[in-house]
Amino acid sequence: MMRSNGNSVEVENLVKRFGDFTAVDRISFQTRTGEVFGFLGPNGSGKSTTIRILCGLLRPTSGRAIVAGYDVVQSPELIRRNIGYMSQKFSLYADLTVFENLRFYAGMYGVPAAELRGRIDWALEMAGLRGRESNLTGTLAGGWKQRLALGCAVLHRPPIVFLDEPTSGVDPLSRRLFWELIQRMSGDGVTIFVTTHYMDEAEYCNRLALMNGGKLIALGTPTELKLGSIQGWLLLLECDRLGEAIERLRRFDGVRDVAVFGNALHLVVSDAAVAPAIRAALEADAISVTSLQPIRPSLEDAFVALTTGRGANCPSELPS
Amino acid sequence: MSLRRLLAVSRKEVFQVLRDFRSLLIVLLMPLMLMTVLGYGINLDTRHIRVFAFDREGSPASQDLLKRFESSEYFDLVATVTDYRALAAALDDGRCQLAIVIPHDFSARLHDGRPVNVQALVDGSDANTAELAIGYAQGVLGAYGATVQADYLRKSNAPTVNPVLSVEVRTWFNEDLESKNFIVPGVAAIVMAVIGVLLTSLTIAREWERGTMEQLISTPVTALEIVIGKLLPYFALGMLDTAVCAAIAVWWFEVPFRGSLATLAVGSGIYLTAILGLGFWISVVTKNQLAASQIGLVATFLPSFLLSGFTFPIEQMPLGVQPFTYVIAARYYIVILKSVFLRGSGLGALAGPLIALVAYALIMVFLAKRSFHKSLA
Repeated sequence: MMRSNGNSVEVENLVKRFGDFTAVDRISFQTRTGEVFGFLGPNGSGKSTTIRILCGLLRPTSGRAIVAGYDVVQSPELIRRNIGYMSQKFSLYADLTVFENLRFYAGMYGVPAAELRGRIDWALEMAGLRGRESNLTGTLAGGWKQRLALGCAVLHRPPIVFLDEPTSGVDPLSRRLFWELIQRMSGDGVTIFVTTHYMDEAEYCNRLALMNGGKLIALGTPTELKLGSIQGWLLLLECDRLGEAIERLRRFDGVRDVAVFGNALHLVVSDAAVAPAIRAALEADAISVTSLQPIRPSLEDAFVALTTGRGANCPSELPS
Repeated sequence: MSLRRLLAVSRKEVFQVLRDFRSLLIVLLMPLMLMTVLGYGINLDTRHIRVFAFDREGSPASQDLLKRFESSEYFDLVATVTDYRALAAALDDGRCQLAIVIPHDFSARLHDGRPVNVQALVDGSDANTAELAIGYAQGVLGAYGATVQADYLRKSNAPTVNPVLSVEVRTWFNEDLESKNFIVPGVAAIVMAVIGVLLTSLTIAREWERGTMEQLISTPVTALEIVIGKLLPYFALGMLDTAVCAAIAVWWFEVPFRGSLATLAVGSGIYLTAILGLGFWISVVTKNQLAASQIGLVATFLPSFLLSGFTFPIEQMPLGVQPFTYVIAARYYIVILKSVFLRGSGLGALAGPLIALVAYALIMVFLAKRSFHKSLA
């Protein structure tokens, strides 16, 4: 039985089909108050579709979704008062100034007149746009646009904020600033629902949901995903003639998976004790090994393991 | 509905319109351009019909007849030729539209009281002008014949005979029967239909194309607030255009204005709302700026031109076509404009078309609101 509360998202067997294509395939999850809930997955995995359903912008084909205590099908208008949404594409008015955009969205969200000035000041401060109030929004650099869009989306202090790939196409420094803002809002008790395909960003999330082909294939904290997705050991191999090394290792008994990471290889093996045998086998083929050592799996390893289904079991939910 | 959100939408739209300087210029210059082009281009009056004459007699009597053609405002006697071939050639290459041949025994027959046949050759390639030319020529010849007859009777000392019946024609509302007086108001209705639809047809489609709609519909704003909020600024612009059109009609084309400005404003306001609503509906349905402006133009320009009663009287259209004229907003507005300008009618006399336009406007806003889903699919 689902229990509703003001700043949570509860999804049960949610399905969205577009014709024959199933974009979201019976997913279920719940967010917790004040957490940063990350939605991770390749393009076309159903992240944006899910977020749009939760914001009341798309009707689900079946299943239930309760956002801020309201059903997305029955009362989308009530949901809209209680959420902030930032779409994937920059969607403020480029031909309005920074201040005009803020005042417009304050009007749309019904920010009380007494609070208006204060909230706009707060948003300007947060986005680092003080002094640029009368610049046309279209002329701002990417990072500023992003922070302004976030400012516009949270002017009415929504308990839940949905961010659809908020940092795509933004420089690294701006991305870090943006995540600091997200952490601060989360600290204030705001539930943040964010999609991304940046692994480093996924590390900032309290919990992650991994989407692939419309299905929720894993859910847990970043650490849980990293540990739970890899059965066995992960070895980092640095050697020359990578191509031949891969060929050789694929045929090697005891190596379950080989993946290229930068100019090194990640090997999934059942037992770390097999390492000396691997080194010997490679050197027998005149491949010189610089280093071969066990490492902690990264989120990217987990992601690859889970989305390809190789070298991993795929728990739908990990024990927390 | 929240008035605050509605006004916020309007204010945003005003900023965008003011910043889009080129579009604003088009909106302000287009009525000027269309009114002049269409106002001058469409002229149903046939005056100065070019006439060639072949006077086979050359007597004072025949010269007298030709003088009457010369002095008529409907005819310009371009040349008198001396053989039939020159006459035929002039008709052939369009130097004249009407050719008059006066017979060699013209004055002799008149003198004897025998019937005289004057030949008129007319260029029938433009049937309308040809018919008018024949009509006017018959008028000139008839008047000449009547004078000759009166002279003849006086000379023969017969008792004076007055015509039994004569018609004393007085035209009301358009005393000089000048076609511009009813064409220019009609042009204004068409111009406003085109501009009105173009103004709003882009506004919703633009938000879908630029992606701003996705953000907008994630807020609590309602469809009706968006529709009406966006309508207000364009309504103001449209009324400004109406004023420009009316000013051009009155001060440039010198169409008499006998009604009250208030009646004109009320009628125009309702018409404008109907037209803006239509543009809005198109914009909501197409979600694409190019398609919206194309459909908008097709839906207003030709239908307003052909089916509104502007070019062809509705009663003379084929019965199958007549029902379609009811969905053309210009049909009602043209009646209002002509009545306000030429008759000086007040609101009471225009209740019929006014009510029709109010219904039209309400239906358009309703359709726009209903088709506008706050949803992405």
